[in-house]
Amino acid sequence: MTEQPVLELVDLVAGYRTRRGVFGRRGLIRAVDGVNLTVGAGETVCLVGESGCGKSTVARSVVNLLAPVSGEVRFAGRSLASMDRRELRAMRREVQLVFQDPYASLNPRMTVRELITEAWRIHPGIVARERWDAEVAELLERVGLNPAHAARHPHQFSGGQRQRICIARALSVRPRLIVCDEAVSALDVSIQAQILALLGKLRDELGVAYLFITHDLGVVRHFADRVAVMHLGTVVETGATEQIYSSPAHPYTQALLSAAPSVDDWRDRGGEEIVLRGDVPSPARPPAGCRFHTRCWRAEQRCDTEVPALEERGVGHPVACHYASVATGLDGLGIADPAR
Amino acid sequence: MSALLEVSGLQVAFGELRAVRGVSLTVGKGQTLAVVGESGSGKSITSLAVMGLLPAQARVVEGEISLDGVNLLDLAPEELRRLRGEELAMIFQDPLSALNPSLTVGYQIAEVFRRRRGASRAVATGRAVEAMAEVGIPDAAERAKAYPHEFSGGMRQRVMIAMALALEPRLLIADEPTTALDVTVQAQILRLLRERQRAGLAMIIISHDLGVVARTAQSVVVMYAGQAVESGTVAEVYGTPAHPYTLGLMAASPSARTGRRGIRPIDGNPPDLTALPSGCAFHPRCPFARERCRTETPALRPLPSGRTSACHFAEEVLAHDRAAGA
Ligand SMILES: Nc1ncnc2c1ncn2[C@@H]1O[C@H](COP(=O)(O)OP(=O)(O)OP(=O)(O)O)[C@@H](O)[C@H]1O
Ligand SMILES: Nc1ncnc2c1ncn2[C@@H]1O[C@H](COP(=O)(O)OP(=O)(O)OP(=O)(O)O)[C@@H](O)[C@H]1O
Ligand code: SF4
Ligand SMILES: [Mg+2]
Ligand SMILES: [Mg+2]
Repeated sequence: MTEQPVLELVDLVAGYRTRRGVFGRRGLIRAVDGVNLTVGAGETVCLVGESGCGKSTVARSVVNLLAPVSGEVRFAGRSLASMDRRELRAMRREVQLVFQDPYASLNPRMTVRELITEAWRIHPGIVARERWDAEVAELLERVGLNPAHAARHPHQFSGGQRQRICIARALSVRPRLIVCDEAVSALDVSIQAQILALLGKLRDELGVAYLFITHDLGVVRHFADRVAVMHLGTVVETGATEQIYSSPAHPYTQALLSAAPSVDDWRDRGGEEIVLRGDVPSPARPPAGCRFHTRCWRAEQRCDTEVPALEERGVGHPVACHYASVATGLDGLGIADPAR
Repeated sequence: MSALLEVSGLQVAFGELRAVRGVSLTVGKGQTLAVVGESGSGKSITSLAVMGLLPAQARVVEGEISLDGVNLLDLAPEELRRLRGEELAMIFQDPLSALNPSLTVGYQIAEVFRRRRGASRAVATGRAVEAMAEVGIPDAAERAKAYPHEFSGGMRQRVMIAMALALEPRLLIADEPTTALDVTVQAQILRLLRERQRAGLAMIIISHDLGVVARTAQSVVVMYAGQAVESGTVAEVYGTPAHPYTLGLMAASPSARTGRRGIRPIDGNPPDLTALPSGCAFHPRCPFARERCRTETPALRPLPSGRTSACHFAEEVLAHDRAAGA
C-alpha cells in the first residue's frame, strides 16, 4: 500500500489493573498482549474472536479511551502518545466509535437533530450554522431515515433505526475511520443486512475505513477486505478475507470456521466439525507457550513452552502456530450430519 | 410419523395485544422442529404456552395443544406440573437466571430426583453426578459441589440440559440455547443436543440463527408477527422458500461458507404488533404484494409435499426460486 495507513497498532499491549491480589500487589490483565495491525485508507479490517479475547480493548485503545501499557497506536502515521491536546481533539473527530447497543449511546432527552449537531457545537468549523438544517436532513437521508423525523427522540425509533442514528452521528464529523464494535450484532438479520448495506455504501461513496469487530463469521466474510483472528489477547492469523476463509492455517481459525453455523448448512456436507475441548482460559492467567495449546488438537510438546510468533510460514499469510498448515478450506472442515 | 406434539390455531394475547395470532405446528416422535423468526415474532410465547408457563398477564385466546392426544389446555395445574419434567422440559438462553445462585449445582440437580423420584439424599446426589457426567462436565463429582457463578456460560448450559433431561422427558424445548455462547462453545452444546436426538429425544429448537437451525432440525416453522407463515422440511424451506418473508431472510443472511455475494436486506421495519398492517402483515415489506394482500389475510395453506405457506402467491414465490436456480 503506497498510501499512508489510517491506523497502525504497533506491539500494542493494553489492559486493566486488578484489585489487590493475594500478595498485596496490583495485577494487570493484559487483555491485549502485543498486537500489530494496520488499516489502510478506505479499507475494512475485521477483528474476530471469542468473547473476552480483547476485541473491545483494541477498540478502546484506538479511540484513546484506554492508554496503552506499551506499544503504539498511530493515526495517519502519528503516534497518539506524541500528540498534544489540540491534535488529540482533531484526531477524536476523525475516528468514530459505534457500539452494539445504540440505545445506551444516545441521550434519550435529546432529539435526533440535537444528537447529530452536538459535535458541530463542540468542533466549530465542521459545518457552518446556517447549513445545519440542510446537513442534518442530508445525513438522515443518507442513512435511510426520514428527515422529517429530526425532532423525534431515540425511544420513538426501532433498534435498527437507532443504530442508523448512531451512524449518522458518527458521520456528522466526517471521520476517516469508524470503529464498529459489534454494531450489528444485536439486530435481526433483515435489519442487520440493511445496516451492512449502508456501511458498504458509505465506504464506496465517502472512502471511510472500518475497523469492524464482530463474532459473526458470516458477516465478516461478506464485509471485510482483511481479517485478523484474535485469541486471548493476540492475533493468531491475518490475511485477505478469502484467503483466511478458503485456506485457514491456524488450528483456532480452523476450529472457528468449522464450528460456525451457516445458513447453507442444510446442504449435505461430509466430515465433522472441530469441537474444542474444555473452557476458554482467562486472560488473567494465559497458558504458557502457545496460548491455544490447552485446547488445541494439533499441539505437541514444544507448544507448551515455545511462543509461536505471528509470521509467514509458507501458507501465503502470517500465522502464529508452530504447525501451521492449510486446511483444504471449509469443504474439508465440513460439519457433521444433522441427525436426519 | 406419528405426532408427539400438535399445536393448532394457537392464539395468545396480552390484554389487547395479540402476541401469537394463529400458530400450528407438529413435532413427530423423536423429531426436531425449529421455530425461526425475528425478535418479537412470538417464538418464546408459543413455547411457554406449550409448557404451561405463560406470564400471568397472558391468556390463551384460542387453539389446542395436544401431547400424545391429550389437550394440555384442559389439564389441571397439578397434572401439568407433573408433565413438566416427566414429558416436557425446557431450557433457556440465559442459564444463570434459571439457577439458584446460593445452592450448589449438584444440590439443584439432586433436588429433581429427591422431589420427583423420592430418592434419598445419597442416591439423588449420585444421580446428579451421573447426569452431569452425561452432559460432558469433567470431574463431575468435584464440580457438583461448585456454585453456578463458578461455571462458564457453556458449562452452565450443560447443567441446565442435565437438569432438563434428568427425568427423561420425551420433548425438550430449547429457547435460544446457544445465543449467548461463543461459536466454539456453541458447537459443543449443539453436539450434545445432537447426541440426545440420536438417542430418541424430540426437540423444539427456537432460534433466530438460521445456521443453528440448519444444523439441528429436520423441519422448521417460520414466524412473522405472531403467525406461522411457512413450514416444511429444512431442505424445502431453505432451498425453495414458499413465502416472501422466508425468501427475504435467506437473501439477508450472510453465509460463512460462500464467497462474497451481495446480501440483500428486507426493506422496511419489523411490524408493530399494536398497529399491524391490514391483510397480510408482511405486505408493506413484500416485493410480491398486490392489492389483494392489503385487503385479504392469507391463511396458512398446504402446498404439495406436505409443506405450508401463508402467502396468496406461494406458487409464484416457488416459481421465482426455481427461476433463480435455488
Ligand atoms: N474494565 C475492565 N476491568 C477489568 N477487566 C476487564 C475490563 N474490561 C474488560 N476486561 C477483561 O479484559 C478481557 C478482554 O475484554 P474485551 O472486552 O476486550 O473482550 P472482547 O473480545 O471485546 O469480548 P466480547 O466479545 O465479550 O465483547 C476480558 O477478560 C475481560 O474480562
Ligand atoms: N410479559 C409481556 N407483556 C406484554 N407483552 C409481552 C410480554 N412478553 C412478550 N410480549 C410480547 O409478545 C410478543 C412476542 O414475544 P416473544 O417473547 O414470544 O418474542 P420472540 O419471538 O421470542 O422474540 P425474541 O427473538 O426477541 O426472543 C412481543 O411483541 C412482545 O412484546
Ligand atoms: S400474501 Fe402478499 S404480501 Fe403477504 S407475503 Fe404473500 S405476496 Fe407478500
Ligand atoms: Mg467486546
Ligand atoms: Mg424469545
